[in-house]
Amino acid sequence: MTSQTTTFPQQRRVRLRVEQRLEQPLWLRILTPFILIAAALLIGALLLWLVGANPWVVYNKMASIAFGSAHGWSDTTIKATPLILAGLGVSIAFRMRLWNIGAEGQLFIGAWVATGFALFWLPRDTPQAIMLAAMAAGGFIGGALWAFIPGVLKAKLNINEIITSLMLTYVAIFWNNYWIYGPWSERGFGLTPQFPRNAWLPRFTDYSEDFPFLRGMTAHAGIFLALAVAILLWFVWKHTKWGYEVRVIGDNPRAGRYAGMNLTRKILAVMLLSGGLAGLAGMAEVSGVVHRLQERFSPGYGFTAIIVAWLAKLNPLAIVPVAYLFGGLLVGSDAIQPAGIAKMLQGVVLFVVVGGELLLQYRIKLGRSASS
Amino acid sequence: MELAFLITLLAAGIRSGTAILFATIGEIFAERSGVLNLGIEGMMLMGAVSAYGVAFATGNPWLGLGVAVVVGGLMALLHGVVTISLRADQVVSGLALTFLGSGLSAVLGAPLVEVRTAPRLPVFPIPVLADLPILGPIFFNHNVIVYVGLLTAPLAWWYIHRTRPGMELRAIGEYPAAADVLGINVNRQRYAYVVFGGMMAGLGGAALSLAITPLWIEDMTAGQGWIAVGLVIFASWDPLRAAFGAYLFGAIRRLPLDLQNLPFFLAYPQLGYFMNMLPYLFVILLMLISARSEMRRRIGAPAALGQPYVREERGA
Repeated sequence: MTSQTTTFPQQRRVRLRVEQRLEQPLWLRILTPFILIAAALLIGALLLWLVGANPWVVYNKMASIAFGSAHGWSDTTIKATPLILAGLGVSIAFRMRLWNIGAEGQLFIGAWVATGFALFWLPRDTPQAIMLAAMAAGGFIGGALWAFIPGVLKAKLNINEIITSLMLTYVAIFWNNYWIYGPWSERGFGLTPQFPRNAWLPRFTDYSEDFPFLRGMTAHAGIFLALAVAILLWFVWKHTKWGYEVRVIGDNPRAGRYAGMNLTRKILAVMLLSGGLAGLAGMAEVSGVVHRLQERFSPGYGFTAIIVAWLAKLNPLAIVPVAYLFGGLLVGSDAIQPAGIAKMLQGVVLFVVVGGELLLQYRIKLGRSASS
Repeated sequence: MELAFLITLLAAGIRSGTAILFATIGEIFAERSGVLNLGIEGMMLMGAVSAYGVAFATGNPWLGLGVAVVVGGLMALLHGVVTISLRADQVVSGLALTFLGSGLSAVLGAPLVEVRTAPRLPVFPIPVLADLPILGPIFFNHNVIVYVGLLTAPLAWWYIHRTRPGMELRAIGEYPAAADVLGINVNRQRYAYVVFGGMMAGLGGAALSLAITPLWIEDMTAGQGWIAVGLVIFASWDPLRAAFGAYLFGAIRRLPLDLQNLPFFLAYPQLGYFMNMLPYLFVILLMLISARSEMRRRIGAPAALGQPYVREERGA
């Protein structure tokens, strides 16, 4: 073929053809996430440069702050914890193609219920184990019920859950503001009094007497909870009938219905679990990190969790490293001006992933045009 | 006194509903063509920040308005490439656009937060009409951008229901394969309407930062882009119902501000937090209403909404 083109120069009209790959080769599947992250960093660098920052300096500084030291890792773990929990939460709903994007609101309600237990609804001398269990259970139930509203509206009336779950997020934030400026406020500021110590999740630094190298590391036990939930969820998808059914419905609701699966009950259960995990993330954040309820205690964990879940392709085990990556982004960008850089990079990453993944399914082929 | 209160409220509703009206009508066009764009919030924010920045830098609010429209259109083009050509999931791409817009606008707008002096679009009482009792203050004593909004809704309705391109628009959203057979270039038209939707969202953002709440703060839309998505459903993809919804929303959004000086509310300042929830609860209520009427009248979303069109898959 090549000899032909050289012997007949007039036939050398070569054109680019874009065609879809029938299946992706293994090397491409393995490389895909790396290519996408590299592309996102590149586009992010371009944007940073356009807004007048030096991308190399910004990236370097962010990476060294977030991952350059043991304390950096501890700080990143703090941010990754709610991202893992909430990310697992939204991934459950996304698996069934239920777009619960109100995780932020569910997280706020979870934090609110946990605060109620920590400060007001249980005696202050409640043993730590009981106190933490009550806060975790309450946070889970609070978030679950908040997500149940869009779930029930979706299941019974087919109302778009994207809109309702998001609207309820704003309602949840005003609800919190009412309590922290009103009945639960400390001297009228936008925060509650500090939790008693028995309502704090144990932190690494609390054990520094026995293990001196843990001193100053404020990451808390929530991370172990998050890891446990990730493994549990992986098991549910892989090895239970319930997980299998949810995946079938997600891929093809009609097939699920023909197979006799109860769609309504699945929608409700999935939304309850999804919101519950987001609520648990809120509990972990107030009990492990801020030790009180206050305004803006979450830098948008519930929203970032959506990106984390999607980037991890809804795989519970992949959510953990991806959450760490974004946790690092949050830690790193805390030290960088202007403040919106983390959010901007998140948008770039999600875009590149959504578009780029499909782009890699195509290949460019050089071929001679049939007619010259 | 009560009449005066009502007039103020309605006028304020029309004023503050204008931004969301533009965004809603733009989204109606995009969705009618078959493309769901959940990036409105991001496009509005980018529109708002670029309009404010350009107006401040050049001293010309109209130039700011124009740039906002272009910026909105460009962002929507990105969504178009990803969803129409690459056929990615429209929900996720729209979400990405919102993240991108709110992050990028926060970065770009950081130096603008302190600026309070950017020029605004002018207020223009329409001669004679503005002096009419009741109707005058409600409709004819507004910022120029508000009049544009008042005209947009009927124009959009006329375009969709009474013109040939409007008919083609409905065809590509309901039954793209049939439209294709008739020689309509489905994907090219979808690109056009998605970009138009983005331009309208950009315009809405500019209306916000140059006229309605003339300043820039991070996330100043406070979910209005999402509310626009909800209003589209409430409006059953009809621009006139969208205008009704947008102005009603505007009035409800203004309610806490107008009520807070009444003696009853001064006695219970905490009520403000609950009043602030109203617009968002109102949207959920609208969704409930439209779910019921949808079941009654069987009027729903464009049939091909959310589905990329591929010629080879025709008939499958």
